[in-house]
Amino acid sequence: MNIIVCIKQVPGTTQVKINPETGTLIRDGVEAVVNPFDEYAIEEAVRIKERIGGTVKVISKGPPQAEIALRSAIAMGADEGYLITDRALAGSDTWATSYELSHGIKKLGAFDLIICGKQAIDGDTAQVGPGVAEMLGIPFVAWVRKVEEVSAMSIRVERMMEEGYEVVEMPLPGLITVVKEINTPRVASLKGKMRAKKLEIPQLTFASLDADPNRVGLKGSPTQVLRSFVPQRKTGGEKVSGTTEELVEKLKTTILELGVIK
Amino acid sequence: MSIRVDLEKCIGCKLCVRACAQNAIEIIEKKATIDLAKCNFCGACIEACKKYQAITITKDSAAGGIDLSVYRNIAVFVEQREGAIHGVSFEVLGEGRKLADALGEKLVAVVIGHAIKDKAEELIKYGADRVVFMDGPDLSSFRDDTYATLVADYINAEKPTIFLAGATAVGRSFIPKVAARVYGGLTADCTKLEVDKEKRLLLGTRPAFGGNLMATIICPHHRPQMATVRHKVMKPAQRDAGRAGEFVHQLIEAGKISERTKIIKVVKEAESTVNITEADIIVSGGRGMQKPENFQMLRDLAQVMGGAVGASRAAVDSGWVPYSHQVGQTGKTVCPKVYVACGISGSVQHQAGMSSSDYIIAINNNPDADIFQIANLGIVGSALEVVPALTQALKAALGR
Repeated sequence: MNIIVCIKQVPGTTQVKINPETGTLIRDGVEAVVNPFDEYAIEEAVRIKERIGGTVKVISKGPPQAEIALRSAIAMGADEGYLITDRALAGSDTWATSYELSHGIKKLGAFDLIICGKQAIDGDTAQVGPGVAEMLGIPFVAWVRKVEEVSAMSIRVERMMEEGYEVVEMPLPGLITVVKEINTPRVASLKGKMRAKKLEIPQLTFASLDADPNRVGLKGSPTQVLRSFVPQRKTGGEKVSGTTEELVEKLKTTILELGVIK
Repeated sequence: MSIRVDLEKCIGCKLCVRACAQNAIEIIEKKATIDLAKCNFCGACIEACKKYQAITITKDSAAGGIDLSVYRNIAVFVEQREGAIHGVSFEVLGEGRKLADALGEKLVAVVIGHAIKDKAEELIKYGADRVVFMDGPDLSSFRDDTYATLVADYINAEKPTIFLAGATAVGRSFIPKVAARVYGGLTADCTKLEVDKEKRLLLGTRPAFGGNLMATIICPHHRPQMATVRHKVMKPAQRDAGRAGEFVHQLIEAGKISERTKIIKVVKEAESTVNITEADIIVSGGRGMQKPENFQMLRDLAQVMGGAVGASRAAVDSGWVPYSHQVGQTGKTVCPKVYVACGISGSVQHQAGMSSSDYIIAINNNPDADIFQIANLGIVGSALEVVPALTQALKAALGR
């Protein structure tokens, strides 16, 4: 089974804070990490490989330092890594990124399954997985929380919905996007890290993509950011402490006054 | 596309350095320098430098060259589940109507389903000037390829200038496919939609970085301009019995569009039938509840108040309640009349899911918990003690 995993390097946002004086984002010392949802994708790909054999190739589009993310994936058990990087591709929105990734994937040879994370935690759009599937002309299932069965011809998965889940069967080649409920990503082994350190990661520039220059980068992007701003935070009301009796009395009075209970 | 720092205006204060998600800015000889290889033109630095306005982005005119004037009217995808119109679609219609009025265009509702002609026609009363009902025996439940093809074909034939849909599991699944196919500009999960009347552009505002940053997105040179809208953020359209409009009934024969994926089974997983997105009162629990057994006291309080039970991501991740109860950035967005947060610290991601509630009560024994920043009433105390006592007090007061 030839599996391809698409990953993105993103800022580690757990440390993101807002500077209370200026209202701007503080990114001091925030390192770049593999997009958390992509770690689940890498783990699932490696598990499938361990179960039924095959290869796992990881591909990413980004600036040169995204190579670090690819090496993390290799350390977890991916076999090969590829980086699509070129100044001409800067400023891509999700449409252009899907276009660039699908062209890069076409250069990697035949594949059976593509696994992506549900969304990137910086952009939060969840559009590239579906976009890549569409541009490659393959079916896809989003929000997969479990792979029940996978064979050369098809895959059966549990797709997470708002009130439960659906069991869906899809023919291969196909693409799935995964959510964090699917597995627990492994910690890379020492052997994996050493392999990752030495492995050559080919770079695909614009020239090697066989792509239309009008459809990549900012030029090819239908959407643009007009402006970014830090959201206004709601401010709190009163805060009370006291004995349990006092607190309960305050709560009861307030709730009854609100008049919402039928 | 280029970005430059005006060295006369830059004072080397480093606010831009700290705002940059790509670590693309450095201070060299007291002036900001931007590494173009790392910059993704997101504009966060421009926002950070609003005092000195030292950074500017110049955009080249994009390729495209399509005749934008051919694209008219606002179209919205109306979602139905098991024959009932999904609540988010009324919100999308409400927004669509505002945009249509602002631009002097018509509003078209596109419905895909089966045997719901009456409900589809009703949408005229909710603001649609025209309803296109695609009716077929195999269209009653969501099917990826079928819905995507029907909507993409509609867009290619009718050329709406704006196309909207709800950001539900269904919408977020197939609308990106449609956008990829028709080369439209899609902005996901919008919390606000506005229009630039002069340029006739849709402005979609949405959260990024888990809600820490808002971005306003435009689609200047491609059509349609597309957006998915988060449920329970915008006001639903109100029914106007006097409205008239056009009803187009399209019969789609079975098997017309080949469907590659197959649904084998549908499993519902919620503790009760109360859908928290529709509830007026929500009693929600987080890590501070300490054990799954303690969620029973939240259920008891919810029952007395006539509400639903919600949970933070921590509680769901620990397996205490199913995901369908999760409130937050990666869960549901709710806006009840009263939200009672018990043992929830109130991270940015949780707040993103409930901050628009009418009245927020927080019970937490950590006085510095973030939740107190947005609570109308903050109770500093142990939820494990306060909640059961409150349930008893309310029962007594209500005579239940």
